[in-house]
Amino acid sequence: MEKYLDILEIAIYGSAVALILIGLYGALTKKSLIKIVLGLSIMDSGIHLMMIALGYLKGGTAPIFSKGFENSADQMVDPIPQALVLTAIVIGFGVTAVALSLVIRLYRHHDTLRIDEIKNLKW
Amino acid sequence: MKKYIVLGLLAVLGYYLMSIFLLVDFGLPHFAHGVKDVYLSSSKNILKVSNAVTAIVVNFRGFDTLGEVTVLFLSATAMSGILYKKRHDIGERSILFPASSIIRSGAKMLFPSITLLGIYVFIHGHLSPGGGFQGGTIIATGFLLMLLTYQNYSVSHNRLVWVESVAGMLFVIIGLAGYFMKGSFLENVLPVGELNDLFSGGVIGIIYVLVGFKVAAELIGIIYTILHEKG
Repeated sequence: MEKYLDILEIAIYGSAVALILIGLYGALTKKSLIKIVLGLSIMDSGIHLMMIALGYLKGGTAPIFSKGFENSADQMVDPIPQALVLTAIVIGFGVTAVALSLVIRLYRHHDTLRIDEIKNLKW
Repeated sequence: MKKYIVLGLLAVLGYYLMSIFLLVDFGLPHFAHGVKDVYLSSSKNILKVSNAVTAIVVNFRGFDTLGEVTVLFLSATAMSGILYKKRHDIGERSILFPASSIIRSGAKMLFPSITLLGIYVFIHGHLSPGGGFQGGTIIATGFLLMLLTYQNYSVSHNRLVWVESVAGMLFVIIGLAGYFMKGSFLENVLPVGELNDLFSGGVIGIIYVLVGFKVAAELIGIIYTILHEKG
């Protein structure tokens, strides 16, 4: 069981860190504005995965006192990271929406999405 | 060249992030005793809300949720401001090809049940997984299906604004009622019922229904703004 948890720990934390790094890589090196916004949004999901993983409890159930689970508060996972991630998802959605509308506006003005072809934008 | 610099920096960042998080044991009761127990027991015993996440989002962090809904409203407003067009410039919807008759009848059949599922999710937000944000998003997907299928399907902008502002105002009014009757903003003013009852938790269910309407209206507005953008 311990061995299994070790592998799971590396897998879940590793994939969260990998998502953050992939998103940051995309946002830093890609030339297309759409890909930059996509990179930011991938980074967002890595952070959400990491926060949810911090609140996990081995063999835990969802923090819901439905019928039959009224007295199992000891086995419930932490509800606070889940509530924070619920907030963070909505804020991330708003940020992505505004960023994409700015991209649309830039495309309308310059007729291109590549940031190295837009003259008055420097990397 | 730039690519390799970025890769090197990211490798350093990844190494430090991993070494920090491998110190936190995964799945062990690290944070189990402390804040979590207080939230769980007061959500069960004082508020009588079975979904502890809803109790945190709507009651303990209710002010935070009000700010969150405001951020969503601001981003919807900013989008329609950034993508502003003069009235006679508003073009046809940018659908590339008309939908086939299978999609047309399927969408008409699915739309009421998607809306019903969304309403179910946000009414039972304090009893089961789900809540206002999730239910509102489900309703908005139903409208997205209709808008993509029928080119002449339109949503009245005034009606969306009305739904949104009435829901937001009622949220603030409930909060102020808590302030004047119990002494702090968003305090529970209604009687809490029994655990696992539909009418339990006092104002929590009502606030989550309002949040559901508000989120649905805002998301439909965002979808509508994007769809009327011609490429």
